[in-house]
This record gives sequence, C-alpha cells and structure tokens, in this order.
Amino acid sequence: MRTSWLIAIFVVLLAAIPTALFSGYHLFQMTMVVVYGVAILGLAMLTGINGQISLGHGAFYAIGAYTTAILMNSWDVPYWLTLPISAVVCAGVGFLVGLPALRLGGLYLALTTFALAVAIPQILKHKLFEDWTGGVQGLVIDKPDAPFGLPFNTDQWLYLFTLGVAVVLYILAINLTQGRIGRAMRAVRDHAVAAEAMGINLAMLKTRTFAVSAMYTGVAGSLGAIAVAFVAPDSFSVFLSITFFVGLVAGGAASIGGTIVGAVFIEFVPNLADKVSKAAPGAVYGVILIAMMFLMPQGAGGFLYGLWRRMVRLGGK
Amino acid sequence: MEGFIHQIISGIATGGIYASVALALVMIYQATHHVNFAQGEMATFSTYIALTLINFGLPYWVAFVGSFAISFVVGVIIERLLMRPVANAPVLTSVGVFVGLLLIVNSVTGWFFDYTIKQFPSPFPDKALFGGFVSGHELGSTAVTLVVLLSVYLFFRHTRLGLAMRAAAFNPVSSRLVGVRVGWMLALGWGLAAAIGSVAGCMVAPVVFLDPNMMSGILLYAFAGALLGGIDSPLGAVLGGFMVGVIENLGGAYVVGTELKLTLALVIIITVLTLKPSGLMGRKVYSRV
Repeated sequence: MRTSWLIAIFVVLLAAIPTALFSGYHLFQMTMVVVYGVAILGLAMLTGINGQISLGHGAFYAIGAYTTAILMNSWDVPYWLTLPISAVVCAGVGFLVGLPALRLGGLYLALTTFALAVAIPQILKHKLFEDWTGGVQGLVIDKPDAPFGLPFNTDQWLYLFTLGVAVVLYILAINLTQGRIGRAMRAVRDHAVAAEAMGINLAMLKTRTFAVSAMYTGVAGSLGAIAVAFVAPDSFSVFLSITFFVGLVAGGAASIGGTIVGAVFIEFVPNLADKVSKAAPGAVYGVILIAMMFLMPQGAGGFLYGLWRRMVRLGGK
Repeated sequence: MEGFIHQIISGIATGGIYASVALALVMIYQATHHVNFAQGEMATFSTYIALTLINFGLPYWVAFVGSFAISFVVGVIIERLLMRPVANAPVLTSVGVFVGLLLIVNSVTGWFFDYTIKQFPSPFPDKALFGGFVSGHELGSTAVTLVVLLSVYLFFRHTRLGLAMRAAAFNPVSSRLVGVRVGWMLALGWGLAAAIGSVAGCMVAPVVFLDPNMMSGILLYAFAGALLGGIDSPLGAVLGGFMVGVIENLGGAYVVGTELKLTLALVIIITVLTLKPSGLMGRKVYSRV
C-alpha cells in the first residue's frame, strides 16, 4: 500500500514538472492532455468497465463546458465553483440519458448516443437558449489568474489547477473501480444474467454508472472551457465524441492508466497529422482504430500492462 | 392547406432517400447483426465518383450506373477485407471497426475531392409540376427510389441468388449445409447496400449540395427510419424511411423549426427504442436465459 502511494506522489510530481519546463502553447497542450484524460476516464468507466458503448460523450463534454461558461458569463460565478455545479448538472443529465439506455443493448446504445452527438450542436445553437449560450457565436470567458499572489502566470496556474482536479478525480475513479462497485460493473459487462443472480441491481448500477461517467466527462468539459476560455457549438461536433472514442480504444478500453495514453494520443497525433494534410487526422484515427481492433484489442494500456507483467515474471525467476 | 400538402409531398421525396439508406442498413443488419455507421460516408463517396464520371463528359445516366457498379465492387472489397475478420467479435470491436471505416472514408473523400461544397446536377427538369405541388426533381427522385426498392424486392423474392442471400442471413449453418456460399452472400449483401447508398447519394446531392459530410444527417434519419419500421424488416425500414421524411418535414415546418430537425431524429430514435424497441414491423426477439 505504501509503495503505491509513493508511486502516486512521484507521478504527480513528475506531472507538475512541465510548469517549469514548458511555457505558453506547449503548457496549454499539456493542460488539454489532462482534460482529455479525465474525459476519456469517464468514457472508460462506462464503455470499458461497464460495457455500455457510448459514441456521444462529446455531448456531456459540451454540457459541462457550457454550464461553466454560462455560470461565469451570466452569473459571475468564480471558475472553481462552476466545477461542482457542472458535475451535478452532468450527472443529472447522464442519469436521464441512462434511463432509456437501460433498455438498449450494446449496438442500440451506440446508435442513440451517436444521434445525441450529432444533434447537440444544433441544440446549443437554438434561439431558445441564445440569451445564455450566445448562439452560433459562442461565449468568451476570462482566464483565471493564480490566487493568493502565487508566483505563476495564467498558463502555469491553469495547468496546475487542472492537474490538481484531475488527480483527485483519478484517485476517486481508481477507488471506485477497484472496490465492490467496480467488481459489480465488470460483472454486469461480462455476464449480466449471472451478475443479476448474484444480487446486483442491474438497472440501478447501469444508470448510476452512466451518471458518474457523464459527470467525469462533464467536469472535463468545464476544465476544457476554462483552459480554452471560449465555447462555441461547432467545437462540440460529432467528431469530438468520435475523438474520445478513438482515445479510449487507443489507450485500452478498460484500463485507467490507458486513458492518459489515449489523451496524449488525441492531443498530439492530429497536430502532427495536420501538417501532412487536412484530411490526415481523420484517416490516421480511422487506421489506428481498425489496427487496434485487429492487433491490440486490449489497447496500448493493456499491451503495456501485459509487457510489465511478463517483465515482473522474468525478474522474479 | 396547400402548404401542408406541399410539405407532405416533399417529405415523401426526402423520405424516399431515407428509405433507401435505411434499407441498406437493414440489409447489413439482417445478415450480420452489425449496424454500418459508415453507410452515409460510403454513399457520399459514391456520389463523388458519379460527379467525377460526369465531369469526364459521360452522360448522367451512364455515370449513375457507373457509380452504382463501382460502389458495389467497393462494398464487396470492404466486406472481404475488413468485416470478415470481426464477424463474430464483441460489439465494441465491430463498432470500433465501423467508426474507423467512417473516419477513413470521410477523410479519403475529403482528400481526393476537396472540402469545398459542390453542385451536383439533377437529371430531371427543373420546373414545378401539378400546379406547383411537386418539383421535377422531387417526382423524379421518388420514382427512381421506388424503382430501386421494387427491384430489390423482386430480386430477393424471385431469384435464386436472392433466395440464397436470404437463407444465408436467416440461418448461416443450414445454408452452408445445402451448398450456399454464405461468405460470398454476405459480401454480395454489402455490395448491394453500398450500391443502393450510391443511388440515395445521387438523388439527394442536387438538393443539399455535395460535400464530404453531406450524409451524416441523412444517416441519422435513416437510422430513425430503420428503427421505426423495425431494424430486421426491410419493408418496415422502407416505410419507416418514408414516415421519417414526412415527420421531419412537417415537424420542421410547423413544430420545432428547421434548426432542430436533427434533434427530431434523436427524439424519434429514443421514442421508438423506449416504447416499442422492435419497431412497427420488426420481430420481437426473445432471448433464453
């Protein structure tokens, strides 16, 4: 137990190093990696661990982002206070979406969430909400400064703030998925009937998992909105949802550590591929998705974990 | 009242396009129990092929048939290369492969044909018929869709190959025992679905203009139509497609406004799945525990 805590602290310190090394845009990119990590973590709990496929998590990300932006813009709520509110809102929406999702087997759920992802920019643009959402134009919000006169500039403070929130969320997620509830989630994924026979309330567990998953991705959306300082309907197109799905698969659907690999992947690969051609990021995503499905069904996270296990076994001999 | 009738008629015209995409989805679903998320993207690609052939100077209908044939071949190749290995894989794997296919086809389309919005010619005269109720293109495209749907029906009902394909979808093991080459039947089904998609693309492109993301909305309506009619019933899918077209047009005109049309598709999908998951004409599936 003690060593695992040491490792965790070591990882956190390691993750804080970029504040000293990078500046400006590169630090922003690191911030986005952390944000995407949390978003994919939400998806991983739902899809990887509980086995409910969602192709529409961009919608929850958008709802989180808009909750934060509207609160900051219309009610002058401080940025850090928007996170718990956005968490509650997204968990509520996730619970509601999860209710019809209960009836749907894997494929139909993928379809419905896909439809949700396609429809969300339209809903955000609608004139009914235009007073709050700013319509097509979106909303601009202020970047927060470091509090208490800490010696960080805005980018550094944003990175540390995001990292702090993410660390808390990751620890909670690890605790959740390794405990009794996590085992129940896996049991439902692997054999729903047997899980029910063991006394697991299927409906409750599935909808609650949906709510927690939506909450994580929603908080990631809030963090993303604060980091980008701007929200607009068209940045939450169906492609965002697909991007999260790609990140999930690239990292390994059921691996918590893999979500970070996936986040690094979706932050940097499109940037690199963009230099080749505008069409390249999509093509690279597509090829990677199919290649992962054929070659590494466990994802990069699962692959590295397997490698680690093998090394430990060799070292033990 | 006149406006109302006009809305219904143009709803039927777009519904025909949804019906053919829905039929393509159902054909693949029946045979493999997979939903092809890339169906719309493949149809867009076929439409670009048709446009390229037209730009080469071929007459419209030759290009139309050419694109039909090329799409058929591409569909068969995709089934053979990508879908065969994941035929019995878990749902997450097949969804992953289909989403990957969607991304690849979409960016290949953008790569080859550019992201600018293009005009696509209509083979039908551009004038209002029957006192302004129907445009030439609406009537023509509905006719073409109906011809396609009818010939698909005749093919499956009255030819040996159609019978073999239905058998392969219905009961692969027994079909194999009586000498049906099940693998090739699935590939043929994919080819046909891709070819039907090319027809839908060519018929809708003059209305919505051609760009690489042309079909993403249409795919959603087709999903809604297929689910409304029952995802394992081809006839249901066709009817569902037409109904969704009419619902969408009337809803867009009188209820929610044009900005929320896609949301209407989402609402239809959720309503059907929660109230009557088997759709209007689908079979109820009972699973034994």
